[in-house]
Amino acid sequence: MSEIVLDRLNVWFGEGADRVDAVKGASFTVPSGASFGLVGESGSGKSTILRALVGLVPTWSGRMKVDGVALGRKRPRGFYRDVQMVFQDPYASLHPRHSVDAMLSETLKLHGFRDIDARIVKLLDDVGLGPQFRFRYPHQLSGGQRQRVAIARALAPEPSVLLLDEPTSALDVSVQAEVLNLLTDLRAARGLTYLMVSHNLAVVSHMCEEVAVMQNGEIVEVMSVEDMRAMAPSHPYTSRLLEASMGYRPAG
Amino acid sequence: MSQASETLLDIENLTVTFPTRSGEFQAVRGISFTLGRERLGIVGESGSGKSMTGRAILRLIRPPGRITADRMALQGRDLLAMREKEMQGVRGQRISMVMQDPKFSLNPVMRIGDQIMEIYRFHTGAGRKQARAKAIEMLEAVAIRDPERVMRAYAHEVSGGMGQRIMIAMMLVTEPEILIADEPTSALDVSVQGSVLEIIDKLVKERGMGLIFISHDLNLVASFCDRVLIMYAGRIVETCAADKLHEAKHPYTRGLLGSLPRIDRPQKRLQVLERDAAWAEAESVSGRL
Amino acid sequence: MSRTSQDRQTWRQWLLTDTPTSRAHARAVAAYNGWLRLRANHMAMLGLYILLALLLVALLAPWLAPHDPLAQDLANRLQPLGTPGHPLGTDSLGRDILSRMIYGARITLYIVTLVALIAPIVGLLVGTVAGYAGGWTDAILMRVTDIFLAFPRLVLALAFVAALGTGIENAVLAISITAWPPYARIARAETLTFRNSDFIAAIRLQGARPLRIITRHIWPLCLSSLIIRVTLDMAGIILAAAGLGFLGLGAQPPSPEWGAMVAEGRKFILDHWWVSTMPGLAIFTVSLAFNLLGDGMRDVLDPREGKSG
Repeated sequence: MSEIVLDRLNVWFGEGADRVDAVKGASFTVPSGASFGLVGESGSGKSTILRALVGLVPTWSGRMKVDGVALGRKRPRGFYRDVQMVFQDPYASLHPRHSVDAMLSETLKLHGFRDIDARIVKLLDDVGLGPQFRFRYPHQLSGGQRQRVAIARALAPEPSVLLLDEPTSALDVSVQAEVLNLLTDLRAARGLTYLMVSHNLAVVSHMCEEVAVMQNGEIVEVMSVEDMRAMAPSHPYTSRLLEASMGYRPAG
Repeated sequence: MSQASETLLDIENLTVTFPTRSGEFQAVRGISFTLGRERLGIVGESGSGKSMTGRAILRLIRPPGRITADRMALQGRDLLAMREKEMQGVRGQRISMVMQDPKFSLNPVMRIGDQIMEIYRFHTGAGRKQARAKAIEMLEAVAIRDPERVMRAYAHEVSGGMGQRIMIAMMLVTEPEILIADEPTSALDVSVQGSVLEIIDKLVKERGMGLIFISHDLNLVASFCDRVLIMYAGRIVETCAADKLHEAKHPYTRGLLGSLPRIDRPQKRLQVLERDAAWAEAESVSGRL
Repeated sequence: MSRTSQDRQTWRQWLLTDTPTSRAHARAVAAYNGWLRLRANHMAMLGLYILLALLLVALLAPWLAPHDPLAQDLANRLQPLGTPGHPLGTDSLGRDILSRMIYGARITLYIVTLVALIAPIVGLLVGTVAGYAGGWTDAILMRVTDIFLAFPRLVLALAFVAALGTGIENAVLAISITAWPPYARIARAETLTFRNSDFIAAIRLQGARPLRIITRHIWPLCLSSLIIRVTLDMAGIILAAAGLGFLGLGAQPPSPEWGAMVAEGRKFILDHWWVSTMPGLAIFTVSLAFNLLGDGMRDVLDPREGKSG
């Protein structure tokens, strides 16, 4: 059971005259074990929803529930054993001075695991990296390898929910395919719930069953992937996005 | 179009080499191609040498990097034989380049209008008044509605899409023969991408320019360009007409196409590209016409 | 890329491998690569050699110095360079300048090392805590820093020495107290650039507490810019120590501290230039050596290599 429920979520940055409303009244439900996509352009608030969920943005109102438990200002420690996040840019999300081993063992220690050595080997194996990567530093890894390490870190506490923030947008298409396949396999093997943010409709349609389209902080449409494949959106903005994603079409 | 057959740029056996601690590294390995008055796409993944090719044409490779070629000629004139001073006359005036992110290409402490005017005056020696008129004309050409206001603005005051259009205006104000666009739209949102591409397309057509469009996005290149070079590990592995890209033969190109998720075709798993060491070793395919 | 042969691996190959097999091995590889990077930087190596030589001189002072640094010989005062028995001449009390410089290396190194350890660490602590915590903590810590910055350095140091009493240790403390604010500013600025980065967010999502984040994740990243700054400040630290000595508050005469020697020789600078120039040259050489080494250290401390392709 790891259902995510958002009910009229507002998220803002700054106060008074500088206040920017990043998310306005967003509501959706991700059933346990499902894969849900959030699409939109930059500044649409899609990543902000993820950040608010994990407690990186404290300024929000509305209701958020994970696993039936309502979230408050602070996340209890156990929360992060259940919900983990993979960031967009694997070049920015790994500490430049920490080796893969240091990163994973610190994570495992923080979650109170004992059999750290065995777990590191297993985690690396799960994300398709051999033991030879264990003592490398991020600068010795390719983009795809880095993202695999980031996924391994997110899997370390054995969460049931993974929040994926554009996990492949910084990668080459061939590497993207490998990482997306890995995510598909992991979900099947561990019964994970995915909440995935992307600007790439093709990626979301491949990974998710249901998609929310965001524009200027608001969810304009929640549609099934079948409707998306059939090119049958109900909101004009969604059809604009769908068209633009098909490549260049000269006007007229 | 009778002009299409005219060769603007003729490159033969271009190599870009960087010395590293463990020997020489060749980012571009002996590629040959020509550019006419057409839209030529160069696609490849990171590290394929596509961006290096664009920079090498403008001789923007910093030492200790080295450029060698049997021939690198702009309308018959050898670019490699030119002195640095002559090269400055080529850069920006005859061959211009638009980079990925306008934020890093615009000077943050100079008004946009002054930047455009400076470039125009540097290359043509025109007066302020003439440069100003030209700058406004160019901003209008890239579909900026209020050019007078934008002229007075600073880089941080404009959006990404507008910034990129300003860059294009700036690069085209000198009316170059060739535009090299290196991922000009990958930092932009899809809805803005279309309008920027439209502007590039229109200007290239109207002015009869040659365009080198460097991108990692196969669908985009297939729909936007006339001809495509596919690069892998510093070499050209295949060339084809852009609208025939989806019928490409080379296993690398096929693999790239297959690894793309598609909205219209659900798959359980994506096809994974199996790299063959032979691709990197095979001779470069010529992109000359 | 280096290729490791499985059958017979040399030490060099073991140290250069891309695939270390244990934590210790990984550390050895990192250290060796750092050493290789440093060795490739000839100027940094020059700095290292100068400092090693200085360290040797300081250690072996009793054997190297031709004379007792404190022995006065008023008949032979202010002898020029190249005087037999006194290659660098003598000072106003007839003491051998070379011997005094050799012994002075001990005091100078002592002061510099202590200040270079205390000031940046205090600065790092204040700066990273202020930068990471933000809000009130930041405001208070940074105003305190500003107050220290606003005082002229020597005046503040004077006040502290006057309060603590004279002597080298107190001079070191006084200089450290005046030297930490710039480090705090640098550390804070660096912290602000990392604080909102994804890798810090990622470790927060593992439930890490602020103290752990600051010490394990932010400190290593601030270190290189602080080291650069320290090496640039070396000359200033030596001169500040000299300034205190000159005012009778640091190293006490007749102890052969370089700064004090410069100050002492100033009275004769026009007619007997070597008296203050020789220790001045020593200060210059040491500062330069620290600068060169510091510059090389930046490359070593930063494991990211230039991107290719």
